[in-house]
Amino acid sequence: MPHASGLMTDLSALDLSRWQFGLTTVYHFLFVPLTIGMVLLVAILQTTWVRTNNDKYLKLTKLFGKIFLINFAMGVVTGIVQEFQFGMNWSDYSRFVGDVFGAPLAMEGLIAFFFEATFIGLWIFGWDRLSKKVHLATIWVTVFGVWASAYFILAANAFMQNPVGFSINTEKNRAELTNIGSVLTNVVALNQFPHTIVASIMFAGAVIASISAYHLKRGQHVGDMRTSLRFGLWASLVGGVGTVVTGDGLGLAMVQTQPMKMAAAEALYNTTKNASFSIFTLGTPDGHSELFSIRIPDLLSFLSTHTLSGQVEGINDLNAQYQTLYGPGDYNPVIWITYWAFRWMIGLGMLSALVAVVGLWLTRKQEAKLPKWAWNVAIWSAPLSLIAISVGWLFTEMGRQPWIVFKLMKTADAVSPGINGVDVLISLIVFTLIYGALAVVEFKLLLNAAQTGPAEISAADEDADAEQLTVAY
Amino acid sequence: MNYETLQNVWFLVVGFLFIGYFVLDGFDFGVGMALPFLGKDDTDRRVLINTIGPVWDLNETWVIVAGAALFASFPEWYATLFSGFYLPLLLILAALIARGVAFEYRSKNTSVTWRKTFDWMIVVGSALPALLWGVAFANIVQGVPVELRSVSHSVNVSGTLQTLTSQDHIYTGTLFTLLNPYGLLGGLVTLTLFFTHGLIFISLKTDGDIKLRARALATRVGIIATALAAAFLLWTLIAHASGQLFVFGLILSLIAAVSLIAALWFNHIGREGVSFALMVLTIVTAVGSLFAALFPNVLPSTLDVNASLTIANASSTEGTLTLMSWVAVVMLPLVLLYQGWTYWVFRKRITRANIPAGAH
Repeated sequence: MPHASGLMTDLSALDLSRWQFGLTTVYHFLFVPLTIGMVLLVAILQTTWVRTNNDKYLKLTKLFGKIFLINFAMGVVTGIVQEFQFGMNWSDYSRFVGDVFGAPLAMEGLIAFFFEATFIGLWIFGWDRLSKKVHLATIWVTVFGVWASAYFILAANAFMQNPVGFSINTEKNRAELTNIGSVLTNVVALNQFPHTIVASIMFAGAVIASISAYHLKRGQHVGDMRTSLRFGLWASLVGGVGTVVTGDGLGLAMVQTQPMKMAAAEALYNTTKNASFSIFTLGTPDGHSELFSIRIPDLLSFLSTHTLSGQVEGINDLNAQYQTLYGPGDYNPVIWITYWAFRWMIGLGMLSALVAVVGLWLTRKQEAKLPKWAWNVAIWSAPLSLIAISVGWLFTEMGRQPWIVFKLMKTADAVSPGINGVDVLISLIVFTLIYGALAVVEFKLLLNAAQTGPAEISAADEDADAEQLTVAY
Repeated sequence: MNYETLQNVWFLVVGFLFIGYFVLDGFDFGVGMALPFLGKDDTDRRVLINTIGPVWDLNETWVIVAGAALFASFPEWYATLFSGFYLPLLLILAALIARGVAFEYRSKNTSVTWRKTFDWMIVVGSALPALLWGVAFANIVQGVPVELRSVSHSVNVSGTLQTLTSQDHIYTGTLFTLLNPYGLLGGLVTLTLFFTHGLIFISLKTDGDIKLRARALATRVGIIATALAAAFLLWTLIAHASGQLFVFGLILSLIAAVSLIAALWFNHIGREGVSFALMVLTIVTAVGSLFAALFPNVLPSTLDVNASLTIANASSTEGTLTLMSWVAVVMLPLVLLYQGWTYWVFRKRITRANIPAGAH
């Protein structure tokens, strides 16, 4: 609630904090999917090397391991900012839900993040110091750490989408944890986790395919890169199919827990049976000035209820419902954002999977000669699934508005009462500048590592002197 | 365990995690600060950075876990502190990001400008948090302007819409409120203490010329650190120790002082292993004495004693603390075990010979 004093500063602190959280979160999550997906794919490559003793897989492990590491560092440093911001910018949120929301965050730190960071260090620096098997184990422990970390964070996020396992202490004005089991088995978390994992694998696979295609187009490292191309495409395809399947589950969970979000995804204003799904709308999707649209009959009903005739609640009806429950106000998110974000997520994800299918088909024969455009498509299509993931999160988070915790607390009530707009403006500028500079450097490094390609494994490398550090800063 | 004991235990756990963070990141801050003093050429600087290469990000994880544990166990403390110390925390975050990125990226290009830029990011990114953490903790102990402000929001509680109101603890100062003499002295203590800690770590992890130079510099910086720390701890005991744990805090301060002097002596005679262990003890006891001085408050208010945040009024519920205790009991020993193993794996000394001549 804005205080009587300095309404202006409160307003701008709120708006700027929202921009800052949005910006830093989107940025943070540009790095996370590659970490989540690549760690598994690198672990698979290394396992294949250990089992077959074929040096090709060692080279691939090292190359994609390098990509993974450059990216991992960015995820960690931008992750600290995420955690600190809850207290810095959203202290009334932290006060209100800290007893519940803090638990999965702290569990993430103690159970997963410590693991992840420790074992990744052992993996990077342990090539010569650990036995082959122990070293392989460190990457699998890292997989566990990264994924467990993702689970706890998604469980914390799921509480914001669908608060469970708490009761309200009216005297202290806060939500208090009553059942951690419910928090950790939140239906949204159970569905969001696999969706996030497989989408990340789809993206990591596309990155591997893209790098491989770059070299194959130039006829470099053909033996190694053909293997990794097929590996990446398969991973991307399996991830893509998985994303559709898990996305369906997540959609059902969303209808069950946040019907407003599904209504906003289609810009469906009135409760409807046999609701159609529009692929494309010209004009504004607010139902008033629709000029033209392509619609698939019954699809929205099917997505929401798994029956063609199922009833889907509309924005107006939900709004009226919420007004009686939560007082006067507007309870719909910004419709054009949710509408288009939902479509871009699905469209780009599908396009990415299509690239994988076509790529696998074209390269099915060992000696396939591909035209230049085909290689270019493989090279440049890697970002498709990343953008899909990014707009997917925009949909998830903006579709929750105006709530910070659905049905419990509005975003406007959550901002720190003590901070002023100027401070937040400073931090927003600082983060924007640092993040912008980092993006340039990071992209250059990734590009450089990718273009250099796999390094030959020399005999000296294999039985390196134990005193020698393989990585020198 | 009753609720009050649980709350105190979590005060200890938060203290433990922050102390762990300072002990660990403390020496890699020191190594970062040592670059312009000990790194005569690029090879030297790479030797220095390689001493912390496998462990610095592992050390940094402690602050993330400490922050998350603080959030879960004392939400009101976390909320008031982090929103109140907005700009210093921003500076710390910016510095930690710059430093972390510089470690990763400095070796990726051979150009002199590239390296120099990242090396300076490491130096500033190490010195700034080393200073600011001290400023922040000194101010926490000293107390800051915190007032009670009524905040309300409406919630539908089991079918009825209710307006809930609570008294939030709100920091009313600015960045400059924190830059007071006691706060700044605290900052200089951590700055010089971590610098010394890092230098002794370097002499433990390297060999040859660089080790000798680190040793000599550690003595000089250490003497300054000793003087500053003595003044600071004395000031703390006289002006800011709340009484309940006064004797305990006094004992910790004394141990800190004695072990710091002993650390410098052992460093001087070339027993860097013992010296480093004593530096760890110094930081544990010195930071521990601050937590003892703070107890049972967690953020005293200089405006109104009723607005002070205490262990009792800032903590989570008994249920959450119990749950978190189980997690901590299982995980913390495991964490110490495998992090210890990491240090064991990378225990060898690093010399110029380890930096491949042709490497870039």
